This record gives sequence, C-alpha cells and structure tokens, in this order.
Amino acid sequence: MNIIVCIKQVPGIADVKINPETNTLIREGVSSIINPFDMYAIEEGLRLKEKFGGKVTVISLGPPQSINALREALGMGADEAIQLSDRAFAGSDSWATAYTLAWAIKKLGEFNIILCGKQAIDGDTGQVGPGIASQLGITQLTYVFKIIKIEPGAGTIKVERLLEEGREIVEARLPALLTVVKDINQPRAATLFHIRRAAQLQIPTWTAADLPGVELSKLGLSGSPTQVIRISSPPKREGVLNLIKTDSVEQSAAILADKIIAEKIL
Amino acid sequence: MPLLEIDKEKCIGCGGCIEACPLSALSLVDDLAVVNDKCIACGACLLACPVHALNLPDARPQKSSENLASYSGVWVWIEQFNSRIGGISVEMLGEGRKLADRRKVALTACVLGHKVEHIAKEAISFGADRVFWVDDESLAACTTAPYAVTLISLIREYKPEILLMGASARGRDLAGSVASVLYTGLTADCTGLDIDPENGLLLQTRPAFGGNIMATIICPDHRPQMATVRHRVFELPVADSSRQGQVISIKAAMKAEQITAHVVDSILEKDEVNLADARIIVAGGRGVGGPSGFAVISKLAEVIGGAVGSSRGAVDAGWISYAHQIGQTGRTVRPDLYIACGISGQIQHLAGMKTSKVIVAINKNPDAPIFTVADYGIVGDLFQIVPALTEQFNKKRHG
Repeated sequence: MNIIVCIKQVPGIADVKINPETNTLIREGVSSIINPFDMYAIEEGLRLKEKFGGKVTVISLGPPQSINALREALGMGADEAIQLSDRAFAGSDSWATAYTLAWAIKKLGEFNIILCGKQAIDGDTGQVGPGIASQLGITQLTYVFKIIKIEPGAGTIKVERLLEEGREIVEARLPALLTVVKDINQPRAATLFHIRRAAQLQIPTWTAADLPGVELSKLGLSGSPTQVIRISSPPKREGVLNLIKTDSVEQSAAILADKIIAEKIL
Repeated sequence: MPLLEIDKEKCIGCGGCIEACPLSALSLVDDLAVVNDKCIACGACLLACPVHALNLPDARPQKSSENLASYSGVWVWIEQFNSRIGGISVEMLGEGRKLADRRKVALTACVLGHKVEHIAKEAISFGADRVFWVDDESLAACTTAPYAVTLISLIREYKPEILLMGASARGRDLAGSVASVLYTGLTADCTGLDIDPENGLLLQTRPAFGGNIMATIICPDHRPQMATVRHRVFELPVADSSRQGQVISIKAAMKAEQITAHVVDSILEKDEVNLADARIIVAGGRGVGGPSGFAVISKLAEVIGGAVGSSRGAVDAGWISYAHQIGQTGRTVRPDLYIACGISGQIQHLAGMKTSKVIVAINKNPDAPIFTVADYGIVGDLFQIVPALTEQFNKKRHG
C-alpha cells in the first residue's frame, strides 16, 4: 500500500506562556515543530504500512528549514521524504498550497491513501486537505477519528468521522484523502535506528521546475486567490477580573451566582 | 527565501517589527532588522514600522480572464442535519441579508437534501429572496462529492459574487472542495464580514495564530468570494413567516452510481448539548482529578442548562472523551457563559474559548493564567465551590 502523508512545519507554541500583564505571547525560545495534527497523520500512515505493507512517503511545502520536519518524520519511521521549496511557492494561500502539493503527488505516481492533519495550528483553515483531494479528483474523508476497516483487494475503506453532533461512519472507495483528528492514535517517538537512517538519507528538494505540467501562474503569492490586506490585534476583552473573596464558600458562591444571574444569560 | 524586503537605509533598528511578527521571523543584527525563512509575507510588520523601511513586493498580476462584474448576488449554503436547519446557517442568513442589502443584490439560499422542503420555506422566513432547492435521495446525508458537484454546477450557471458557508465540519469539508475546483479564494473561520465601500469587495476578518492576530482578507480577482463563518458570531435573525420568496427546484448534478462515499451510520453524542451551538458551557480541567470528578461539573451544567467541556489535560488523562475538548487541538467555542473549573488556562485552551462573552474561573491557584481572561473568579477548591454554586442556582432560580 502506497501511503502519502502531507505535513507542515509550524511555529511551536506548546511551551509558550502568556504574559499576564500584557496578555501577549512570550515568544522567547519559539521553535519550529511538525504541526501536531500532522503527527497523527504520520502515525496513522506508519500503522497502515505495518498492517498492509508498502511505503510511507512524507511531503512538505515550506521554506528550506522545513527539511527538519521531514527528517523528524523519517525518524519516526517514514520511508521517504520530499521537500517542496522554491521562491515561486512563497506566499501561497491554501488554494495555491493544495495545487502545488497535488502536482507533487501526481509526480510521485500511484498511491492508495493520502493522510493530512485536520488543520495546521498556525493557519487553522483545514482547507488544504480537501483542496488536494479535489485537485486530484479523489474521495475526501475529513475529521477521521478511526479507520475501521480497509480492504485493499476491494479498494474500499470504512472510517468514523467526528462531527458536531457526534460521529458518522462512512464507507468509501480508494484512493482517498483522509484528514485526521487528534483522537485517532498516539504518535510514536522517533527511534535511534530511524534517526540514524534519516540522517544519512538524501531528501530531494523539488522546485517548480521539477513539477512538469504545473501552471506557474497558479503558484505562490501571485497564484493565490486570497490576499491579506490588514493585520490587527484581536479585540481586547473588556472589563477586568472581578475576584470574589469572602470568608465562606457559601457566601462566595452566592455572590457569584447573583453576578451570573445579573448577566441575564441563564 | 522570504518575500519581505528591508530597506537598510531607512531601518532605524527600533525593533517594532520584531514585536509585530507572529512567527518570530525578524530579528536585529547590527541594529538592523533581518528577516529569516519563517516569514510568510503576512504583512503584520509593515504597519509596525514607523519609517516604512519594510516592503512586500506586489507580485500579483492583474487578472481579468473572466468578467468579474457578471457575478452578482449573495448565496448561503444551508446546512441541515436530521431535517433540521443548522443554527449556523440561520446566523448566516441574517448576515447574508445585511451583505446583500449593502450590495443591493438578492440573497439566495442553497438547500440540498432529501424531503427537506420545509427548510426552503424557513430560509425565506430568515431573509432569503430565493431558494435553490435540490431534493434527491443521494443528498439525504451530506457527503462531499454529490453536494460539491451540485453547488459547483449552480455557481457556474448563476454566478454569485459571494458564497457563505458555516465553519462546521461539513461546511469546511464542502467549502474546501468547491473553492478548489472553481479556483477561487476561500477564507476559513471568519468572525467578521463587511463590504468595502470603495470597490464592493467582501472584507473577511478571521483570527490567525491561535487568535493572537486578526487578518482581513480579500479575494479581488476570483469569484465567488467564499468564506466559512464561525459559530455564534453573528446575531440570529428573527423569523418572519410572512416573507415571500421564490423556491426553484433544481436536479442533483451527480448520478447516484457516481458517488464513491456513503454514510452508513451515525452515532449521536448522548446526553450532551452540541458544544459548537451551546450558549452555556461548564468545563473541567486537570483540577477535577479524575473521571468521577466530572460529576460536579456535569451537575452544574445540568442545573444551568449547559454543555460539558474539557481542557486537553483531562482528555489526555482519559477522564472524558475527545469530543468535549476545547482549545487549539479541540473545538473553538463562543458561548455566552463559560465556567472554567480547575482549568489553568494554557494558551492553547484560551485560544479555543477566550471570545466567550462572560468567563468565570474557579481555580485553587491564584496565578493560573485562566484568571487573565476571566470576568469573575473565585480562588479555591472546585469540589467545594462548584457544588455550592450549583446549590445557589437551584435555590435562586427555582425558589
């Protein structure tokens, strides 16, 4: 089974604290990490390979240093990695990103399953997965919470998706693109064996010139339909903390209940 | 290879751009700003520079392949589940009505499903002038391809300038597919929509980087301008059953035998309100100590009619299911009242709830970051305070 996992390197804010005085991020020591949702995609890819055999290829579009994210995925056990990096790709919105990744996947050849995280924690759009599936004309299954069954012979897959009202079980034909949510698995740690192998492996970097057939006018900033015109600070929360302090729990609870009732929400 | 250009002659080394950058892509070297590869050309630094030393080249050629003026009208995709219109779709009809009035165009609702004609009528009562009503057995459950193909064929024929969808799981799934095929811009998870009075473009404002910055986005050269809209941001319009509108019946564009994905079952979350739609949420974190600790949380939620939420810590510990998780790797919520019990308020959790209207924090640690976003707080043991609060509500509200 050929499995492709799309990953993104994002600013790691897991260790970032908020400055209580200014209510802003303390950014010291912000590193780059693999988008947390993509870790579940990598893990799911590795599990499918262990079950059905085949190969896991990770691809990432990003600046040169995104190669570190690919190396980390190889360290977890992925077989191959492809980096997409070119000035022509810079400034891509979700449309142009999906378009570029789809062309890279076409170049990789036959595949059965593409896995992505449900969204990246920096952009939070969740649009690149569906975008790739539509560019490739394959089935998309988003917010997958569990792969129930795959029958490679029949070319079918059965998954459970997490929606607002609950869960939904969907049967679909392969090849398919899945975006996965956090609960699907517990990503493994990298192993020394794979880290050593990853360190020696040459990761190819593809530029626009390596994607025959791609329309240059659809790449990067100029190919992106959306345009950011303004950046601002989010509206500050109005009012300040009203801390309730009394001698007894009952009294504090009574005051708090009155305050909440006065907000006329209940 | 960042796109940002820095004019070394103008830069005064003030560091304003470093503060403004959400990605730590800027630093000072020899008292001059330097950009690294983390730059995504978002433009946040441009506004922060007092001497206009920063520039993003306009790499965007004017596109006029299609006559943009031939696109007109505001459309809303109506999400429905189990024959009921989604709350988010009602909000969008209200907001869509305002945008349509500002553009002096009609508001169209797209209702896809099976045996849901009543929803077409509801859409008119909430503000639609026209409804495209597509009734087909293959549309009974919402799956991507048959919904997307039908919407795409409608868009190609009737050319709307704006298409709004809910930022729900189904809405994001469908919107991503439609925008990809049409080669048009899609802005996810908007919390603000407006029309630029100068050029009539849709101004789409959304939070980015976990809510630390707001970005306003346009789609100047492609149509329709597409946006998904976050739950509970816009006012619910009041239904007016006397409103008149046109219902146009349309055939599904995809044949049943072409469909490659089928919903075979759905499992509804029992005993809980849907978090995205909840007006009141009572949430527990690591401070609840274990699965049984959620009992006091659930009790309070039950008494005040709220849904039960959780921080990541309690989900990771296995005390409650992931469906309850609020925050960056869970759901983003915006209730009228959010009561955080035993939640310290890590930044990832705050990103998912800090736009709630009223926030109450109960935590034994007075320095917990949750207090930085709270309107009301009590420092103390949640196992004493939460039951006492539940008792007070019981007494005060039910005599």
